[in-house]
Amino acid sequence: MSLSAHLPALQVVLPLLSAPLAVLLRHGGFACAVVTAGAWAAFAAAVGLWLQAGEVGVVSYHIGSWAPPWGIEYRVDRLASFVLLLVSGTAAIVLPYSRASIEREIPREQHYLYYAMFGLCLAGLLGITITGDAFNIFVFLEISSLSTYVLIALGRDRRALAAAYRYLIMGTIGATFIVIGIGFLYLMTGTLNLADMAERLRDVESSRAVLAALAFLTVGISLKLALFPLHQWLPNAYTHAPSAVTAFLAATATKVSVYVLIRFWYSVFGESLVYVELPLPRIMLLLSLAAMFAASFTAIFQDNLKRLFAYSSVGQIGYITLGLSFDSIDGLTASIVHLFNHGVTKAALFLLIGGMVIGLAKSGTVPPAPTFDRLAGLAKRMPLTCFGIVIAGLSLIGVPGTAGFVSKWYLIVAALEKEQFWLVGAILLSSLLAVAYVWRFVEVAYFKPAAEGTTRREAPLGLLIPAWLLVIATIWFGLDTSFTVGTAAEAAQQLVRVGK
Amino acid sequence: MELLAHFSHVVAVFLMVAGLYVVMARGNLIKKLVGLSVFQTSVYLLYIAPGKLIGGTAPILAPQYGLYSNPLPHVLILTAIVVGVATLALGLALAVRIREAYGSIEEDEIIAADNAAEEARP
Repeated sequence: MSLSAHLPALQVVLPLLSAPLAVLLRHGGFACAVVTAGAWAAFAAAVGLWLQAGEVGVVSYHIGSWAPPWGIEYRVDRLASFVLLLVSGTAAIVLPYSRASIEREIPREQHYLYYAMFGLCLAGLLGITITGDAFNIFVFLEISSLSTYVLIALGRDRRALAAAYRYLIMGTIGATFIVIGIGFLYLMTGTLNLADMAERLRDVESSRAVLAALAFLTVGISLKLALFPLHQWLPNAYTHAPSAVTAFLAATATKVSVYVLIRFWYSVFGESLVYVELPLPRIMLLLSLAAMFAASFTAIFQDNLKRLFAYSSVGQIGYITLGLSFDSIDGLTASIVHLFNHGVTKAALFLLIGGMVIGLAKSGTVPPAPTFDRLAGLAKRMPLTCFGIVIAGLSLIGVPGTAGFVSKWYLIVAALEKEQFWLVGAILLSSLLAVAYVWRFVEVAYFKPAAEGTTRREAPLGLLIPAWLLVIATIWFGLDTSFTVGTAAEAAQQLVRVGK
Repeated sequence: MELLAHFSHVVAVFLMVAGLYVVMARGNLIKKLVGLSVFQTSVYLLYIAPGKLIGGTAPILAPQYGLYSNPLPHVLILTAIVVGVATLALGLALAVRIREAYGSIEEDEIIAADNAAEEARP
């Protein structure tokens, strides 16, 4: 057996191994090297799997050679390989960035613990994506969630603790709902393998227990993905977590939850149950619209830049779930593309903000919160950082030439296909709200006079380079859509074919 | 009779709702965690009860046993218990840190302290 046959296992095992190694080393620098190596290896594995899945359609890996449905199966289809790329790619960029960023935000003696938690979180997120076993999803979900709570609590501000606690309570309720859902499915089908479950569900379809399972899973996962009224944990957690953590979570954690929702809706329950038996699409449509408008509107009035973009994240998740509510291949494609594009854009934004707060602080002090009163005339002081934030902001709005435009374009196409013309108006209108909150930054940073004697002082290069890599990626995926849209379209077709 | 026939489910659902209520209604961070634990434990019952057959044994291949209980739910819940313990430990650790930082573990006092700090900021 060659190494490439074991890529699915290596994908999860390598970052998982790096975490305890980081703890054993007890040294910030070594821990960083080990976990970064693990993340890069995971990224390489994800690229390999993406290629393999392109060739054979679905890569199935039997852990310990136990054949499914008895053993645990790792299953990589087009969608899984796409999300794996996003998660491991973000980690591979954020980890080298962390080194300079947490230097000022986390006490030195806790650095190795930060890397250990990061490694665990990465392994958990990759595990959720790759596994084909329902209970395994829960276990990996808890691995990533528990490490996320710790990562958030590492923030210097005491509000980080309260935010982490709140997320712990809400996240655990969500995860427990997911377990209840999986429990009902197991009772009805007697299997935990997702593919096997989907087949057996056809015989018991639309019994009340199955509908209850669908409801529990949808609500539980919606809590984790911060669907509009269940997003209360998100703004505080993103605002007070260390910058690198915010960037990583914003790009991956909620996106992986969306992936789990798509997986259960399309691959397990199947379209007919989700879209015909229950009014789920209509509920999803309303909540998505509420997120697009209410959360984006709230974002306009925030004083803290990180908090502003945290609310914007809730709004953007609305676009992703909006695509799911259409029940069409185009809608699903739009969702998957936006999941990826928004991940890249938000990671770029939060990385730039992380560099910005360090540039704002006097050397050796804890970076201040990026509130608007501190940002006046910032463009003079950090032109590159501000320019990057503007580009990423344009992508949030959906200006042509940026990644955000591509996903909104496909959303509008999907809405037109369903002949929902008013929805096109709603999408455009909510983009205007994004213009408003991005403009707030532009106004303060570019048009307010800077304090006397401001000299040009950029964020450190170690922070600027990873952030700009992602900014360039936002433009790249806005111009060349063959990778993102191509993969997403294939994934959507594969999902709908299997779900039928 | 109907209720008694579903005795284990009735207990599980009662614990589930009671736990969730405590999480939402109590402002004390420790009490919230107690509620969360009760909520999680109810799910353990939901899994384990259907796996047990009255008179069934562990799945041992021997001629004198014919009736087996399904061992899989127990194994799953063993994992879930570990997760629950880890969550509880982390929640309590956070509560300790919150007490050190705020001097209180009452949710409304913490929110009031945050608001006061927000207003005091120039």
